[in-house]
Amino acid sequence: MTNSWTDIRNTDLVVIMGGNAAEAHPCGFKWVTEAKANRGARLIVIDPRFTRSASVSDFYAPIRQGTDIAFLLGLINYCMQNDKVQWPYVKSFTNATYVVKDGFAYQDGLFTGYDESKRDYDRSTWEYDIGPDGFAVVDETLQNPRCVWNMLKSHVASYTPEMVERICGTPREKFLKVAQMISECSVPTKTMTSMYALGWTQHSKGSQNIRAMAMLQLILGNIGVRGGGMNALRGHSNIQGLTDVGLMSNLLPGYLNIPVEKETDFTTYMSSRTFKPLRPDQTSYWQNYKKFFVSFQKAMWGSAATAENDFAYQYLPKLDVPAYDVLRIFEMMYRGQVNGYVCQGFNPLLAFPNRKKITESLSKLKWLVTIDPLDTETSRFWENHGEYNDVNSATIQTEVIQLPSTCFAEDNGSLTNSGRWLQWHWAGGTPPGEAKRDNWIMAQIFRRLRALYEKEGGPFPDPILNLTWNYQNPDEPTADELAKEINGYAVETLYDPADPTKVLLEKGKQVVNFSVLRDDGTTASGCWIYSGCYNEAGNNMARRDNTDPDDTGAYLNWTFAWPLNRRILYNRASADLQGNPWDPSRKLIAWDGSKWSGYDVPDIAPTAKPDVVGPFIMNQEGTARLFARGLMRDGPFPVHYEPFEAPIANVIAPKIRGNPVARIFQDDVAQFATSEEFPYAATSYRLTEHFHYWTKHNRVNAVLQPEFFVEISEQLAAEKGITPGSWVRVWSKRGEVKAKAVVTKRIKPLMCDGKKVHVVGIPLHWGFMGQARKGWGPNSLTPFVGDANIETPEYKAFLVNIESTTPPATV
Amino acid sequence: MEPSPHTAQSNPPVAATTSNLTEKDLIRRSASTVPPPARQLEPVAKLIDVSKCIGCKACQSACIEWNDTQPAIETNVGVYENPHDLTPEMFTLMRFNEWDNPQTGNLEWLIRKDGCMHCADPGCLKACPAPGAIVQYSNGIVDFVHENCIGCGYCIKGCPFNIPRISKVDHTAYKCTLCSDRVAVGQGPACAKACPTHSISFGTKEDMKALADSRIKDLKSRGYENAGLYDPPGVGGTHVMYVLHHNDQPEIYSGLPKNPRISPVVNAWKGMTKYLGFAAMGLAAAAGVLHSTLVGPNRVTREDEDEAEKLVKESV
Repeated sequence: MTNSWTDIRNTDLVVIMGGNAAEAHPCGFKWVTEAKANRGARLIVIDPRFTRSASVSDFYAPIRQGTDIAFLLGLINYCMQNDKVQWPYVKSFTNATYVVKDGFAYQDGLFTGYDESKRDYDRSTWEYDIGPDGFAVVDETLQNPRCVWNMLKSHVASYTPEMVERICGTPREKFLKVAQMISECSVPTKTMTSMYALGWTQHSKGSQNIRAMAMLQLILGNIGVRGGGMNALRGHSNIQGLTDVGLMSNLLPGYLNIPVEKETDFTTYMSSRTFKPLRPDQTSYWQNYKKFFVSFQKAMWGSAATAENDFAYQYLPKLDVPAYDVLRIFEMMYRGQVNGYVCQGFNPLLAFPNRKKITESLSKLKWLVTIDPLDTETSRFWENHGEYNDVNSATIQTEVIQLPSTCFAEDNGSLTNSGRWLQWHWAGGTPPGEAKRDNWIMAQIFRRLRALYEKEGGPFPDPILNLTWNYQNPDEPTADELAKEINGYAVETLYDPADPTKVLLEKGKQVVNFSVLRDDGTTASGCWIYSGCYNEAGNNMARRDNTDPDDTGAYLNWTFAWPLNRRILYNRASADLQGNPWDPSRKLIAWDGSKWSGYDVPDIAPTAKPDVVGPFIMNQEGTARLFARGLMRDGPFPVHYEPFEAPIANVIAPKIRGNPVARIFQDDVAQFATSEEFPYAATSYRLTEHFHYWTKHNRVNAVLQPEFFVEISEQLAAEKGITPGSWVRVWSKRGEVKAKAVVTKRIKPLMCDGKKVHVVGIPLHWGFMGQARKGWGPNSLTPFVGDANIETPEYKAFLVNIESTTPPATV
Repeated sequence: MEPSPHTAQSNPPVAATTSNLTEKDLIRRSASTVPPPARQLEPVAKLIDVSKCIGCKACQSACIEWNDTQPAIETNVGVYENPHDLTPEMFTLMRFNEWDNPQTGNLEWLIRKDGCMHCADPGCLKACPAPGAIVQYSNGIVDFVHENCIGCGYCIKGCPFNIPRISKVDHTAYKCTLCSDRVAVGQGPACAKACPTHSISFGTKEDMKALADSRIKDLKSRGYENAGLYDPPGVGGTHVMYVLHHNDQPEIYSGLPKNPRISPVVNAWKGMTKYLGFAAMGLAAAAGVLHSTLVGPNRVTREDEDEAEKLVKESV
């Protein structure tokens, strides 16, 4: 989230699209009800299904899954055509005025530089025109046809209300009603918040779904303001924490990068990370990259990381591929290239697409370790459960080791919520049976591994032998110890660079936050963005003071928010070029002639002059990007691409299937279906009564939603002779499931490009373990393809067929 | 008036508290009389704002947890209701209705939390032949006292909302207690505490009516002209009230009765017992046929028990 959960109460208009907050985030949804009840805010829901969120909305518009970009570009087009633009914001705070380099163009669904054989672009033309002064050329008058604004205008021109209706199946008048309500938020005194979740991420163009809405929010002047923002509702209580601390194969903590193979030394690695400003006087905060990187290395390897050895740069692995994402790992496993797999708090047999492939992949492992509080399906993938898991156990030779772990309520620690709040929690119970804390399990594996390397050596044992492990009990580091390490500390006594006699921080003390981190090896910090969470003031994540001066929703003394306890990112954009709030009733920070101050921690240097330094300090430009330069693999502007399995051809570029740069593995391509074979557009989703595949193990949740079902319209039920509550068989080109049929008015057929499209809704949550009735869930059916930028699988749009069937055999 | 707990959201006490709901606070007791209470507790109410409800079933979950009930893990029968109906183990139930609004042409998904309404004039209590099996406190809570219950099922027939259910295990009647055990120590009902959207509020009936007014005003500003408070006068008003977007058509909320009244037969019977001192009456009463068997006060005949068995079988 750019904003926080509590800030949603400050909004005038909530748009839920690409998510279903009432269903999947019922507790956070309370802030929507607060905004509605106390501010008179309106709620719009745009979804293929009339959801629980829609049930309390002011306006609902249907949309075909996988067509969000067409809808969103249609909204941008509407705002541009009708002059519903917050002009001073757009001109000053975005790159609308920047001139795009010659050579860049877009035609028939593709940008300049496409190489079909590589399924990739040469992105060298996706850049600004750089002037002789080394800065991007701008045209404040917006007259230049090649400035971003005009390029965008022509890019979205074809997304008319008629085109939106044709692609999305949203009736024209419903689209126009949404457009009219949203466009009202272009005035500085009205804001809209975008609440989205996996309904946008789980597509082969998921990143661009989000970008399209971010662009619209910039045009309306809604980023950095109270009640505005792009608010990603994270799917687990700590999934924000997962990405923050770098649990991605290509990331280090704090969104630093793991080196790639061609970055053979530290100098080369740093050469592409200087982040020189692209406009005069801009902050370009990533210029501090080296401080964060070196401090990370010091946290990892302490005295073994020295200036002489480039702070142990060579201890880091070098990626030979862009990322070892889960799809790639399972593809490799499927090909017999993976021996062992450690599966910690993860149930890929149910959670990953194309279950048949996952089963076959796991079957090729020598060993599988599962670390989980629950008896997961993955840990029992080899066990025959009749139709529900029809495997031949005798042919599976994988050795499975189940390590029972604690659940969050049995351990101290912090969870990072969607609003970037690091909230400390205390153990509420003792672990049952043989369950052990994850810290203990990891420490035991590490210490045993290190002992083996000490004893037997190896080709390169240094990173393991030299890993910093200064915990009071080396067998089980505590959450406090790890949090302190993440915050960071002075490795040597820190002196004031302006006055070398002045001590800033004694050796061994906790750093106050990342602003004091250094690139000379005198500071350590495990995750720079979290620095400040546990400093000499104590554990700031454990703070529980809910005072909120003037009811702004900031709650600055409640826990700790990264970065620097800031609650709304880009909050400098809440004020105009003079530093006065766009909306005085929603002041966040303001310029008093010499410094910034207000209700939130300013997201700008405190003395940065408002008419000089731009608010988007992480960007080299200081402005937000309507044109993304070469930073997205699939284009500097979003384009409507159909899902890989779509009920109609791409109307704007009929020859293109799916996202042209999404990575696909050859065997999987053969398993993509056409709408002739599989006529119905399926989508998968969560239900309020359950949490993923966990709560089916709980009796109460199992009572509330006991059995796997699929949802279809009354029209499709009539066509197929399916009665409510009867058994149906749903199958795709990859597998089949049996489910109960819920026949509902909440799903209606959509007319897309002259064709009637039926939607089949498939909730997840069921498997063959636990208290609830045995079932399948959607991932026996879903395709093995991910987003072009971050490889999130396309769970939300695929093709199936459906028919009445007999109940599964009881087991 | 004695102070009563206000809302579940208002940080209720955490220190151990002695119960402030005692025998002395009873204003009615089934098939028997109570002395006038020494004090009048402030009437309480649960307000269920249907327009804020997202149907998440957290109330059902909290109800199961607090009351430690064991509802069965059933099947899916093509709808979202689970369990499929109120049961002796499930005192509250989210009921879902997909309603096409003929005026707007739009679909509305009407979700209502069903359960005991805690009528000011409780039909269950009036119908009950077992002394002290059903009681009413001066704060409005209608509670079942299981050790006094004979499982005859008359309370079901007396209830205009079809709420009580008879247990096959102990043959006594169960329903929502408005968490009388929690309210007695200054807490709100478990369901109100668990509700994530503040769709369920609990406090004094007066406060809840004021809250309802502000909600109705908001709903009218959103085009729900007939938004209103459901506090039906036919049963003397209720201590569980609804804010409905369409208060002119309560029946579209999964059959919420438009004008709930206690069956005239129950009233007639109560009138008879009042004057004649006869307290028991057969199942036939519900069918509108007066039973002719007259027995001594507070006694149950073989015939009554047979009828009760039959009712149990029908209801479970």
